[in-house]
Amino acid sequence: MNLSVNIAGVEFKNPVTVASGTFGSGVEYGDFVDLNRLGAVTTKGVANVPWLGNPTPRIAETYGGMMNAVGLQNPGIDVLCKRDIPFLKKYDTNIIVNVCGKSEDDYVEVVERLADEDVDLLEINVSCPNVKEGGIAFGQDPKALEHITKVVKAKAKQPVVMKLSPNVTDITVMAKAAEAGGADALSLINTLTGMKIDINKRSFAVANKTGGVSGPAIKPIAVRMVYQVANAVKLPLIGMGGIMNYEDAIEFMMAGATMVSVGTANFHNPYATIEIIDGMECFMKEKGIEDINDIIGCVK
Amino acid sequence: MSAVKVQSVVKHQEQIASDIYSLTLYAPEIAKEAKAGQFVSLYSKEGSKLLPRPISLCEIEKETGTVRLVYRVVGFGTKEFSRLKADDTLEIMGPLGNGFDRKDKKAILIGGGIGIPPMLELARELKCDKSIVTGFKDETFLVEDLEKYGTVYIASEDGRTGVKGNVLDAIREYGIEGDIIYACGPTPMLRAVKDYAGEHGIEAQISLEGKMACGIGACLACVCNTSEVDGHSHVKNARICKDGPVFDSREVEL
Repeated sequence: MNLSVNIAGVEFKNPVTVASGTFGSGVEYGDFVDLNRLGAVTTKGVANVPWLGNPTPRIAETYGGMMNAVGLQNPGIDVLCKRDIPFLKKYDTNIIVNVCGKSEDDYVEVVERLADEDVDLLEINVSCPNVKEGGIAFGQDPKALEHITKVVKAKAKQPVVMKLSPNVTDITVMAKAAEAGGADALSLINTLTGMKIDINKRSFAVANKTGGVSGPAIKPIAVRMVYQVANAVKLPLIGMGGIMNYEDAIEFMMAGATMVSVGTANFHNPYATIEIIDGMECFMKEKGIEDINDIIGCVK
Repeated sequence: MSAVKVQSVVKHQEQIASDIYSLTLYAPEIAKEAKAGQFVSLYSKEGSKLLPRPISLCEIEKETGTVRLVYRVVGFGTKEFSRLKADDTLEIMGPLGNGFDRKDKKAILIGGGIGIPPMLELARELKCDKSIVTGFKDETFLVEDLEKYGTVYIASEDGRTGVKGNVLDAIREYGIEGDIIYACGPTPMLRAVKDYAGEHGIEAQISLEGKMACGIGACLACVCNTSEVDGHSHVKNARICKDGPVFDSREVEL
């Protein structure tokens, strides 16, 4: 039975990774999860310099999900290279580094700094809805997205995955723009912009007023977008958005994702990733599926 | 010492004040590792409520493998927990957070409102001379439990019990002195405690709370502002769940 998949020439032992920002750099989940079992660890978004993030409260619970406006608090690329990458190298898992920035130069600086690091994929976050200065500015305009993809590709030594925002009219337009810019793969979806009001306090539930909604409540939207993008571009996809169990993961793969990321589920169940990998194996045995690749995009 | 997520069993639950419940859970894996000032995350059985509720440990019984939680009903999750009966199960994760760093010094324990429960376990663990100061809005709770471990001083906002006012009014009124303060309560109280400790040049360990998602230091939702660059994100935002919830009052900006 084969669970391994390939994205842009990089082999993953299984199709399960984590959604950036929900798993730190893996250290915190090491108590619960054998990191060696994951297809990859995707690290929390990292910029060229430390970012303070947004004021608190940064999160709110929503029906079947949550809303966050953490605002990409991160220690900057130097700490990632000195502390987090060496930590992850002790494990037999691939490393996907999520890169964020406020300007083209920010992204380029991080990507260049990662050139000599032993990481497998770069995931470029051009879709964080919670940071005003940038990120999303590149992710909602096809021309800007194509341009930043080209710029990053020109400097990157590792394959580049562009992470798409669902907060657009037609996600296939964005997917095609990233493909035209030379992206090696796409990941989707980032969170959906939402709002929650505390009716007792007559105030916003998160200090940023708006936040990114994630969790099973948004899963049908994510599956639909993965399906649309899978049928619009030739690039491999990393699908995510509300995956709670192996059934959800299989659903994303059948819609066209080569890999899947587990995000909000980690907060509900720190063992979620392992349970999903085990569940996929059982599903394959039960259904007589020899190779997980056979189900990718099988529903047309 | 690492946290675990387990299926705990309810041993006992009772309402001890208007919205305040006392819940005893059998969770030996957690009880054996836990100490005062740490907390556990409680998970709702309702599938639409994904995030755990962090609740501080009020008493830890290592021999019987139980932990006692005293909490206020404030929303859906705590309402659900308040309906639990003996032999029901509840998923919990813990012990989480750093807990108090107990010192062998004459201590003042200060608890305000739902910040009082962790002071009970701390009072049990601290073998030194101690004064316990509690602040209530109106109705009191846990006072008899606390009296087993030290002299309890009470302040209430409506003056119903003890000194009319807040915990610092009680400290001044009764002339309470100590060489270290341990405190948990609402932010305005902790701010006042921080100032009081600064003026008197004594150490204060204060326990904070915040909206949390993961409870283990990964999601960066529950940060607090710190005076120095924090060790994790290298900004000035420490994680309450992992770097805290107990901080030296000089380290945090409230």
